[in-house]
Amino acid sequence: MSEATKPVVKDVTTMAAPVSLKFRARAGKDLSRFLRGMKERRIVGRVCPSCNYVYVPPRGACPTCGCPMGDERVLPETGTITTFCIVNIPFEGQKLKPPYVCASVLLDGADVALFHLVGGCDVNDVRMGMRVRAEWVDEADAELSLETIRYFVPTGEPDRPLAQIREHI
Amino acid sequence: MQQPIDGVLEAPYVMEYTYRRSLGPVMSAFFTALRDGRLLGARTASGKLVVPPLEWDPETGAAIAGLEPVAEEGVVTAATWVAAPEARHLLQEPFAYALIQLDGASTAMLHAVACASLEACPVGTRVKLVWSESRTGSLRDIRCFEPVK
Ligand SMILES: [Zn+2]
Repeated sequence: MSEATKPVVKDVTTMAAPVSLKFRARAGKDLSRFLRGMKERRIVGRVCPSCNYVYVPPRGACPTCGCPMGDERVLPETGTITTFCIVNIPFEGQKLKPPYVCASVLLDGADVALFHLVGGCDVNDVRMGMRVRAEWVDEADAELSLETIRYFVPTGEPDRPLAQIREHI
Repeated sequence: MQQPIDGVLEAPYVMEYTYRRSLGPVMSAFFTALRDGRLLGARTASGKLVVPPLEWDPETGAAIAGLEPVAEEGVVTAATWVAAPEARHLLQEPFAYALIQLDGASTAMLHAVACASLEACPVGTRVKLVWSESRTGSLRDIRCFEPVK
């Protein structure tokens, strides 16, 4: 082997030092109902009987009032972006190619925002107050997962004024 | 995702940080040597041989005087039994985790000893290093130690 074709053996200068914690997670009763709703491509929330706040995903107790939550409520698939960020940095395990948008989406009739992705438009067009709608995966691909909503896409409706959503940011 | 009879969903949940750390000049030389099938220790100013090497003399905090080759045989100074190895362990058969003081070394290093039972690996047992067939520059380049017949 000539000098030129000899493989260069480099020094070892780094080592993999992963930290891994393996859990078995239980969703709890309310989140289980929410996830079953996802499989049927329905968004299930729950109403507090005391303050009338609608939580989605639902919870067992109202975090504000402390009382057990009341009726279940199926929410529409439309909502408003309250806050968002553009993800520009790649990281391990990432499912989408940057840049993409993560947003808090306040579904119509809900009082807390759902954290999800925004797609179907240029990342630079996303703004607070923008109207969006859930884009579902195909029925056959629906799972017990929030990923059954692929992402939220702009509806093209006029933005909601910030004053109307400020309370929910 | 599983659906247990009480209606509450369950799923595996793994939290993982895929860190990679830089080694610095001393540990880089140690791991490069491991990859090349050689074990190095750190010689301190007072003449002790620290294995595996440290970057600094643990007694004085001074930089080590240098790295040098270490014998591949030594003696067990403490051991415990791993009856049910997990996937992350070095060996998939039950084995002993042992502190092994290599000949000439001033300290003991922790590694696996392949043996039939803890009784087969009492304190004082002489063991020798077994290299892994494929080495990448990690402590796993030492496959294990085994008792000297
Ligand atoms: Zn309430």
